[in-house]
Amino acid sequence: MANRRLAPAAEQPQSFAFTPENADWARGQIAKYPEGRQASAVIPLLWKAQEQNGGWLPQKAIEAVADELGMPHIRVLEVATFYTMFALEPVGRFWIQLCGTVPCDCCGAKELKAALHERLGPSGKVTADGNFSWLEVECLGACCNAPMVQINQDYYEDLTPESLNKLLDDLAAGRPVKVGSQIGRISSEPKDAVNTLTDESLFDGSRVSAWRKRFEQTEAAGEESVKKDEAASTEARVKDETKPARPSSGRANESNAVDAPAERASAGQAPVKPEDQAEARDAKAPPAQDPAVEDDKILRSEPPHHPATIGAGDDVPEGENPEARADAVGTRPKGLAVPRDDRPDDLTKIKGIGPINQRRLNDLGVWHYDQIAAWSPQEIAWVGAYLAFPGRIDRENWVGQASDLAGSKG
Amino acid sequence: MTKILIDGTEVDVPADYTLLQACEIAGAEIPRFCFHERLSIAGNCRMCLVELKGAPKPVASCAYAVKDCRPGPNGEPPEVLTRSGTTKKAREGVMEFLLINHPLDCPICDQGGHCDLQDQAMAYGVDSTRYKENKRAVEEKYIGPLVRTAMNRCIHCTRCVRFLAEVAGVPDLGAIGRGEDMEITSYLEQAMGSELQGNVADLCPVGALVHLPQSYNVRPWELHKTESVDVMDAVGSAIRIDARGREVMQIEPRISEEINEEWISDKTRHVVDGLRLQRLDRPFLRENGRLRPASWGEAFSAIAAKVKGADPKRVGALVGDLAGAEEIFALKALMGSLGVTNLDARQTGEAIDPAWGRAAYTLGAAIAGIEQADAILIVGANPRTEASLLNVRIRKRWRMAPVSIGLILDEQPDLTYPYTYLGAGTDTLASIAKGEHSFLDILKKAERPLVIVGEGGLGSLAAAAALAKDVDAVTDGWNGFGVLNTAAARVGALDLGFVPGEGGLSFSAMLEPGALDVVFNLGADERVIGPGAFVIYQGTHGDAGASRADVILPGAAYTEKSATYVNLEGRVQMANRAGFPPGDAREDWAILRALSDVLGKRLPYDSLAALRKAMYAEHPHLAAVGQIEASAAAATLDTLAALPGESAKVAFSSPIADFYLTNPIARASRVLAECSGLARGRALEAAE
Amino acid sequence: MLSDQDRIFTNLYGQHSPGLDAAKKRGAWDGTKFLLEMGRDWIIEEMKGSGLRGRGGAGFPTGLKWSFMPKKSDGRPHYLVVNADESEPGTCKDREIMRHDPHLLIEGCMLACFAMGAHACYIYIRGEYVAEKFALQRAVDEAYEARLVGKSNVHDYPFDIYVHHGAGAYICGEETALIESLEGKKGMPRLKPPFPANMGLYGCPTTVNNVESIAVAGTILRRGGAWFAGLGGKNNTGTKLFCVSGHVNKPCNVEEELGITFRELIDRHCGGMRGGWDNLLCSIPGGSSVPLVPAEQIIDAKMDFDTLRNLGSGLGTAAVIVLDKSTDIVGAIARISYFYKHESCGQCTPCREGTGWMWRVLTRMAAGRAQKREIDMLLEVTKQVEGHTICALGDAAAWPIQGLIRHFRPEIEKRIDQYSANPHMDAVPMAAE
Repeated sequence: MANRRLAPAAEQPQSFAFTPENADWARGQIAKYPEGRQASAVIPLLWKAQEQNGGWLPQKAIEAVADELGMPHIRVLEVATFYTMFALEPVGRFWIQLCGTVPCDCCGAKELKAALHERLGPSGKVTADGNFSWLEVECLGACCNAPMVQINQDYYEDLTPESLNKLLDDLAAGRPVKVGSQIGRISSEPKDAVNTLTDESLFDGSRVSAWRKRFEQTEAAGEESVKKDEAASTEARVKDETKPARPSSGRANESNAVDAPAERASAGQAPVKPEDQAEARDAKAPPAQDPAVEDDKILRSEPPHHPATIGAGDDVPEGENPEARADAVGTRPKGLAVPRDDRPDDLTKIKGIGPINQRRLNDLGVWHYDQIAAWSPQEIAWVGAYLAFPGRIDRENWVGQASDLAGSKG
Repeated sequence: MTKILIDGTEVDVPADYTLLQACEIAGAEIPRFCFHERLSIAGNCRMCLVELKGAPKPVASCAYAVKDCRPGPNGEPPEVLTRSGTTKKAREGVMEFLLINHPLDCPICDQGGHCDLQDQAMAYGVDSTRYKENKRAVEEKYIGPLVRTAMNRCIHCTRCVRFLAEVAGVPDLGAIGRGEDMEITSYLEQAMGSELQGNVADLCPVGALVHLPQSYNVRPWELHKTESVDVMDAVGSAIRIDARGREVMQIEPRISEEINEEWISDKTRHVVDGLRLQRLDRPFLRENGRLRPASWGEAFSAIAAKVKGADPKRVGALVGDLAGAEEIFALKALMGSLGVTNLDARQTGEAIDPAWGRAAYTLGAAIAGIEQADAILIVGANPRTEASLLNVRIRKRWRMAPVSIGLILDEQPDLTYPYTYLGAGTDTLASIAKGEHSFLDILKKAERPLVIVGEGGLGSLAAAAALAKDVDAVTDGWNGFGVLNTAAARVGALDLGFVPGEGGLSFSAMLEPGALDVVFNLGADERVIGPGAFVIYQGTHGDAGASRADVILPGAAYTEKSATYVNLEGRVQMANRAGFPPGDAREDWAILRALSDVLGKRLPYDSLAALRKAMYAEHPHLAAVGQIEASAAAATLDTLAALPGESAKVAFSSPIADFYLTNPIARASRVLAECSGLARGRALEAAE
Repeated sequence: MLSDQDRIFTNLYGQHSPGLDAAKKRGAWDGTKFLLEMGRDWIIEEMKGSGLRGRGGAGFPTGLKWSFMPKKSDGRPHYLVVNADESEPGTCKDREIMRHDPHLLIEGCMLACFAMGAHACYIYIRGEYVAEKFALQRAVDEAYEARLVGKSNVHDYPFDIYVHHGAGAYICGEETALIESLEGKKGMPRLKPPFPANMGLYGCPTTVNNVESIAVAGTILRRGGAWFAGLGGKNNTGTKLFCVSGHVNKPCNVEEELGITFRELIDRHCGGMRGGWDNLLCSIPGGSSVPLVPAEQIIDAKMDFDTLRNLGSGLGTAAVIVLDKSTDIVGAIARISYFYKHESCGQCTPCREGTGWMWRVLTRMAAGRAQKREIDMLLEVTKQVEGHTICALGDAAAWPIQGLIRHFRPEIEKRIDQYSANPHMDAVPMAAE
């Protein structure tokens, strides 16, 4: 790629303004992006400007787009020179981009290149009649149909020098041409040898809804054992050392910043979109519980959600009474001797708390949702250890559930 | 605080520190090109790669935070190795890549001798090249009259782009193209528009951007470096004056966290040629309407002849914008001994009376304090032209977190940050005070509101003070009311009380035709003395003041004398001598001392030290160089607020018409004249 | 061979209409609301259970990636960005999805957005795919019209989907460069951390996924993670679109199980090797970024992530470039090298300077105009680039060359010998391009 410069002043138009239709279109593009992010529309707008200007981008158009989007001119020039699809100098009426990267190169792009050179002269120059100019570009993403060219906006695939020449003849003469494969393929199927996707039932709608059976079976089984088993087996499969293929791509694990918002939420800030949370909670089938333990192992590499409770999850001293065990890792939450107004809340509404745990919590003086909602990380750790299922309180989000229930009660 | 091991040394650093900072604390030097403390992190030069134990590949220490490091399997602190084989190999590799397309033209490169690439290639590079291909050739770019480009040398660190976009707020530079063809340029090679553009050449770690006015003229090792302060505006930027022999060759910024960080304006930097041109290098005497060269004796006797017969009430003394405290003190003493009370140093802003207290004419919050302000009201000032570096600080404040900034001025200049334009003058101020404008709420809600009154708004000082009082701008821990002076000499002169005494005339009154018989003018060139008076001009340049003079006494410019200046914060600073005045010119205090002898009122000090001793005795705070004397801000604010308000409706206008040409030295500079012309052209274009 | 019943992309070849009605008949948008009602956690668990690994090249588990998004919004919106900037040489699968099965993609976007609490999705399609852009936009319009998506839709989950396009920059396929480009800047990759899941598009939590990873989501959720996990092998589950190009008799895209052998893939779907199996020189099995694998190693290898990684290569995007013995292999890798030089964004030093250097040396080597010791030097230069750059483009530029030297060093040496054995004029030095 040689240095990309704007066309010489002699070729630059004196002014540029979007046509009314294009200006409308531009406004529509800008509206796609959030308020104040109109710079996002710079590529589509430059693209439209290039289209309007006969396939290349003049200086005045760069300035017009910059002014439209409130960007400094230099920023738009940076964009225009960075992206190679912006032609900065005039192009022919038919602007031919020849893919020259390896899959095309080894399938005949060299021959096409020679043919273009012979017919149209050196690349980058518009022919005398103004019809053609051509350029070798990098992979155009039609590798199964190599070799190919893009002429203006259309792909012409499976070319030979002969079919390319014929194509150019037709274009120059204004005859209709066939876009796409020039040897009769529909798209990227093996030519005349499609042996897949032949089952008619795929297309006649007969398979629609067939998949629902597995959910019906699940429900019929009463418990979720079927699904649980399925999930457990797949979980087991995945957890066996899932390594990214490239060393770099696993780096997402390294940042605990990922969960900063969750931490903030745990610090007591109300989630901003409660309706999302509600929707997720109202799901008919809660996530399978047992695999979640396995899940925890997989996610060990993920940043902890509540750093303060990690210690509790990992090493609970054995063989002591529950309280001593719990005291070692956290702080005992303050309890009430009797429920307020003598009306305890039904703690079993919290997923994860059954009748037994409810009783044990009551023994601790925990009677109400709002008490659970107010637990600090240390208190969570204590209760987790006391009830002998460290980590689960966080995993099942008792605190969040309780605060929602407390909210709905009040 | 997080523990981290650097080459085996354990250090405890804040978690949001980068590895590079942690390494520096541990004493491990990390080479870098793109990283700069005051710019955003680009992480693109890759010179600062270090080995982080456990990471699959070396990490860019400038961009990697300590908190992102994972502890070892048993909870050991993360470990960084800056001297390991991996680190060394990475550095050598990057250095080789930087050099393969870099021309080996150090002998003709202005950066030679203070070049980061040169230094680091010595320290971290290898001694030979394996690159056999042709080197890249890049076209030179025109990016303005102050910075010359040699783009072959560019290593694409993008410091210049980031500086202009972030600090200067005038995003003129960019990197066009991509890959190895990426080039730094301005839009279609237009001149950069920032008044801080010279700093990009300082920032450039190689010789791709160098100072054009000095190019091919200076080698760093032949310069004598003197630390001093700038007098182009009242900010008092910390500078280093580099002289070769007796000639000042260049002015560079010094680091001063309180004032200019490490930037200076182009006027500060490129006034250098103004120090050589249009100089008054001998005394002159007006004879038959024409000035002729004269000897010191002739000049002094001509003055003595006029002064001795004059009525002290018909004698006056003016002090201009560049005078140091020493000569002001000497002049005041001399005039005092003659019984003269017509004294004034307020070339602009006569409304201020130093008797109100120091807080009435300084910026109490200090420049660094702007970073704490949470709402700013600017009354009658264009900080970008009046105090560029203060404006940089306001922009810095705005970039730290959005802050409401209001402006009352008769124009809407580009201040490089968004502000609310409130209106033009007194009416607007009054309506805000009355609460008719929502900006009052913003100021009231702010914990640390800042009201800055420029010289253009001094007429409404009382109203502004009342507003400041109303919004609690001055509290125990915060002084959010201040005046923005534009002249380096002003605060010092007011500290010394160089204002009309009992029955004395003010600056404007002294300029009236026929108001006085004799006027002693110490470097005041911005306003013209009316006909009638015999004018003695003591100054450095053949400017307006000199052409109106009957006697000219050639003085020393700020680079040629040791003098005390007090900046707009009230901070006492010392300028140091980097060279000698040209020809017969002398240091100003010495001229006054000699003149006093001729006038028979000999000043009681024979040396600068003795003068200072006397000055410090009267004004002890001037002895505390580098300090800002605490002032009774609340009391001053009460005094100001109680003053009678102005009734006239006026619009506030900035005293600075042309940023580049505000004083005789700047007006003598050809470089600044060119900048001024370009700025005028841009203004015209913008107006179209 | 994968049974037709287990194929996800049933209109891969465009034999049927891509329109909404036909797509629904093929099973798209079937019970989407039901799936949404199963809840966010269920979706993520199913995706994790499916073992789906990202189809954009890096192979990072998709469900895990989704789970990195903050569970609750801290006030910032969440975004899903679909990476349709398909530019890896050899890869042309997403194109078929977008023009022939766009509704699978749109439905997948909705499911993924729901699972991540995002209400807006941007599909960043490469600028050259103009027809595909229109096809996709048409499908999006259909979905809006049918109120399948939109601020208020039949699924009761406000969701907007936008088609954005690029303008010719391979680097925009890197997720952070894509985000930069989508923000209207040059596509220069960002430093990580912070990762997009925390600070992505417009500084908000963002997940960037490949088209194929998203488009399979609907079918996986319907038929169950277990079904998908039951295809392919351990850790390499499910089906995958293979793009076979180069010297096979009938190059094509085809959906197959991961773990199909190279030989079966070519024989069953691509009409066999051009000139027979003895004519195979080598293959680049995962798009131009991965090192080539010589014939004897690839021929019976399973086409999955782990097998290919153990062969010193990678599955990448499953773009299988097959090269026969007529290929000028040094020239071909030099051409790939030129591609990376052309597409380097220029931001960081090793890639900006190194890609040009490597290309120039390789170009000389392709003609034999080099010294043998330069082979080792070139290898060292690739090591100096690899792992020292901001994004993976530096690695991608280095790996093909390392593969070449590893497997075809004698070929390079042969050329150098041939060149020096014959009299030549010294090449006239030309200014660097």
